[in-house]
Amino acid sequence: MAVPIVIGPGRGLRLWLAPGLLLAACLLTAGARAVAARAEQCPQRDRFQEEMVLKPLGSGDLAASFQFHTRWDAELSQRDGGKSKVSHYRLFPKSLGQVISKFSVRELHLSFTHGFWRRGGWGQPFQQTPPGAELWVWFQPSVSCVDTAWKELTNVLSGLFCASLNFIDSTNTVTPTASFKPLGIINETDHKYLRYAALPREIVCTENLTPWKKLLPCGSKAGLAVLLKAERLFHTSYHSQAVHVRPVCRDQLCTSTSWELTQSLSVVFDLYASGSGKREWSLFKMFSRTLTEVCPLASQSTIYVDITDKDKANDTYELMPPAPMRLNTTVHGRSRSYAVYNLLNPNLYSISSQSLNIALKWKLSKQFVLPEEPVFHAERYVSGFGLQTGKINTLIYNNHPSRSFPVLLMEIVPWYLRLYVHTLTINTKGKENKPSYIHYQPAKDRERPHLLEMLIQLPANSITKIGIEFERALLKWTEYPPDPNHGFYVSSSVLSALVPSYVPMETNSTKPAPLFTRLFPCSDSSVYFVRLYTEALLVNLPTPDFSMPYNVICLTCTVIAVGYGSFYNLLTRTFQVVEPSGGLAKRIANAIRKLRGVAPI
Amino acid sequence: MAASLVLALVVAVTVRAVLFRSSLAEFISERVEVVSPLNSWKRVVEGLSLLDLGVSPYSGNVFHETPLIIYLFHFLIDYAEFVFMTVDVITAVALYIVADDYNKVVFRKQRHSFECQRYAPDVITLVRTPKEMYHIPLKVALFYLLNPFSVLTCVAKSTCAINNAIIAIFVLATVKGSAFISAIFLALATYQSLYPIALFAPALLYLAQKDHVSVNLHCGAFYVYFLKYAVMFLGCLLVSLCLSFFLLSSWSFVPSTYGFILSVPDLTPNIGLFWYFFAEMFEHFRLFFVCVFQINVFFYTLPLSVRLRDHPMFFMFIQIAIIAIFKSYPTVGDVALYMAFLPMWSHLYRFLRNIFVVTCMLISSSVLFPVLWHLWIYAGSANSNFYYAITLAFNVGQILLISDYFYAYIRREYHLVTGLHLKSKDGKEAHIVLK
Repeated sequence: MAVPIVIGPGRGLRLWLAPGLLLAACLLTAGARAVAARAEQCPQRDRFQEEMVLKPLGSGDLAASFQFHTRWDAELSQRDGGKSKVSHYRLFPKSLGQVISKFSVRELHLSFTHGFWRRGGWGQPFQQTPPGAELWVWFQPSVSCVDTAWKELTNVLSGLFCASLNFIDSTNTVTPTASFKPLGIINETDHKYLRYAALPREIVCTENLTPWKKLLPCGSKAGLAVLLKAERLFHTSYHSQAVHVRPVCRDQLCTSTSWELTQSLSVVFDLYASGSGKREWSLFKMFSRTLTEVCPLASQSTIYVDITDKDKANDTYELMPPAPMRLNTTVHGRSRSYAVYNLLNPNLYSISSQSLNIALKWKLSKQFVLPEEPVFHAERYVSGFGLQTGKINTLIYNNHPSRSFPVLLMEIVPWYLRLYVHTLTINTKGKENKPSYIHYQPAKDRERPHLLEMLIQLPANSITKIGIEFERALLKWTEYPPDPNHGFYVSSSVLSALVPSYVPMETNSTKPAPLFTRLFPCSDSSVYFVRLYTEALLVNLPTPDFSMPYNVICLTCTVIAVGYGSFYNLLTRTFQVVEPSGGLAKRIANAIRKLRGVAPI
Repeated sequence: MAASLVLALVVAVTVRAVLFRSSLAEFISERVEVVSPLNSWKRVVEGLSLLDLGVSPYSGNVFHETPLIIYLFHFLIDYAEFVFMTVDVITAVALYIVADDYNKVVFRKQRHSFECQRYAPDVITLVRTPKEMYHIPLKVALFYLLNPFSVLTCVAKSTCAINNAIIAIFVLATVKGSAFISAIFLALATYQSLYPIALFAPALLYLAQKDHVSVNLHCGAFYVYFLKYAVMFLGCLLVSLCLSFFLLSSWSFVPSTYGFILSVPDLTPNIGLFWYFFAEMFEHFRLFFVCVFQINVFFYTLPLSVRLRDHPMFFMFIQIAIIAIFKSYPTVGDVALYMAFLPMWSHLYRFLRNIFVVTCMLISSSVLFPVLWHLWIYAGSANSNFYYAITLAFNVGQILLISDYFYAYIRREYHLVTGLHLKSKDGKEAHIVLK
């Protein structure tokens, strides 16, 4: 996409909005075309597809990505009468459907992640999620009070997924202006119906996985979901589970909409460390389960194994059982080959055990393939020392040898780190890089966070360094979380970009490809969309002494009282000459003197 | 005298200019003792750049200056150092003239009292002489110009220096007897930092006495005078508020400045008593204690105006000091302002009871502020209590200093009337107490 980037002065921003909108518009059209053509002739109004992509990573790890699609040709949004039109649910989970209809949700994206996707070593993920929990929702324009609906929705989701989403309040909710566009079909993109929140401190565990699995039509009884065993899934370097709900076109003409629920789960197994030095893997070794039967409700059930590297490494490994089919497609700007196992095919299962256990065996002890560096990645860190000030630094890499592209950066910083936007510096190759669009919403104490959105042009083969200084606030003693010296998390910054592709991208969405490519479909063959998240930051704040409230209240009041007392004395009394009346001691002394016969004092 | 003043100004400006150019300037401008969230230069720059971005500076919680400051520095941002040095020079010159003028008034009053034989016969050593008073204006100017506190405030470009200048001009106008200019600058000072509204009382008393209106609640002329001054003051305040409204076409600056001063939401450490108290406060008592602490600042005004109605200048000094001690975001700049008045009361020296202890307290705690801050924030070997303890010591020192001067002042007044060498009935030196 040729986005016109104009380097201009900071004032007169409205002029430079255009590139941001263009980028956004591109995403929109991409989304609208989404799954338009996937209408198979099916008697039921809903259908379910599942797939798993296994990808050996350059670092010796293995990434497994599950994707479960439920599509339902029904209208979920609430009618004017206030009563939902739909009461019969088949494949689409009722709990989620009711939530969507009650709160007039147009799009819902929720993810829980444990660990961080190491883009440097692992390459480009299908879809990255930030550490902790992330939730962003587009509401229908019929919602009158978005904030109330958002508050209630987060609480309902909190119960539905057994997660601390109820900690989402105005202090961590923002309304991004450009970074998050609807992924489904859209009529309106007024961003006042959008809410975004991230909880980087959220820990993902079994109690979040169980409700997530319950949303699947087959539960964890059959199909690929059999492999989702909590004790194995959480014994990994990276675990991410997500739920995406969006409206999509029902047919090519897009006269009516369908609802699409996408549940995805990605894990990275550190096989090399746990597999006693061998890189051999099998489904059983990873998940301690094998596949026995397909989910009878699924219209498609597929396993893809990424064998792109196999060609490079001169056939040093083989898959067992051998793949019946091979698929070549383009993912993230590079062509990839997949071995495809269609689980609906009964010949795939071994006759002896009635199960399928895909395994990879090495023929030679293998030399490592250097991980190919992603074209676009970013990292972020805090610099500075002490607890007074600091600086957030973001490094954005464009490794494309010849093409530059713009990137939308969104930064959410909690209010207790007071950002100074005049200290914002953006440098590329030693020169200042003026963003062509800046949206900055300063924080309000205990009310809302800082939101900074910028559109920055990344020149070819460059590193862009962004720095912004902040000041650490001292909070009230009750505002610190337990273990305050652990620090405070700052959620990942979000970078969205249309990255130039090396090979022409597939724009025809009817061609078979892993379902993962469907969430951000491509409308332009020369670019592909990437949304990436940087590391969450951990920042220490100065702390008061938590054991001291009574002492502090007493001591400060004493000082005030010293002031009050001395002024009171001086204001209300006058000077007087006191006659030496003699105190008690003097009287006793005089009495003794009298007894002794000496003159009194 | 004028030559010495010019010399002092040159020295002071040189010191400031050198510090501005040194690497210390940045270090000083980050010191929490010198700048508070209300007046830090970094926040002024932030407010201006927010304005450049098309965001209202008051939409966030970083900028708490008044719109006047925005528009002043919108044009003068490149000459900020020059502005701050000029402002300090103005303050010093204004205080110089105040001291000079006040001396004349004191001398006249003293002669009048002598003629009316109001003084006791043996108080000749208490009487102020022109020789002693001659150097006071210069000392006042020097106390402001070369006080490390005001030098630091200027180098940090804290807008507290501007507030000080406005208050100094207000005092000057009051001493000169110009009620209208005094009301204008009092309104400006109030507009800038709210607390100077308490200076209304001493200014009214001073102006009334200057115009020979008897300060008496049974006297109609006093009420008329009071109303006149109050209307002028409120009118100016209203005009400045409305001007700010028209500059920004929104009232959002009111909660951001005055609301911020009164409700104390920012607990950044400073030299005052508020920050740690409200950081450690139980939430449901917070409102109560905020009210108590804020009322405390204005609480002394009425009794002081009764007690010191014949000494409005001293009342002014005490009131400025009380504001500096008990305000919600004090900085050393506020301390520097009332310390500049101290030479005017140098004749009270013989009645000060614990000036040595207090001086030691103030000096040592000023030195310990940065040390304990470093230990807490950077070294991590101390905690917040250490810094808090020093703020307590510093404030106790200030309270003792002010009450000592207050004590000395009324003691001198007592001796002037009753005689210096009082004898008790048995012929010994009398024992005098406050009763």
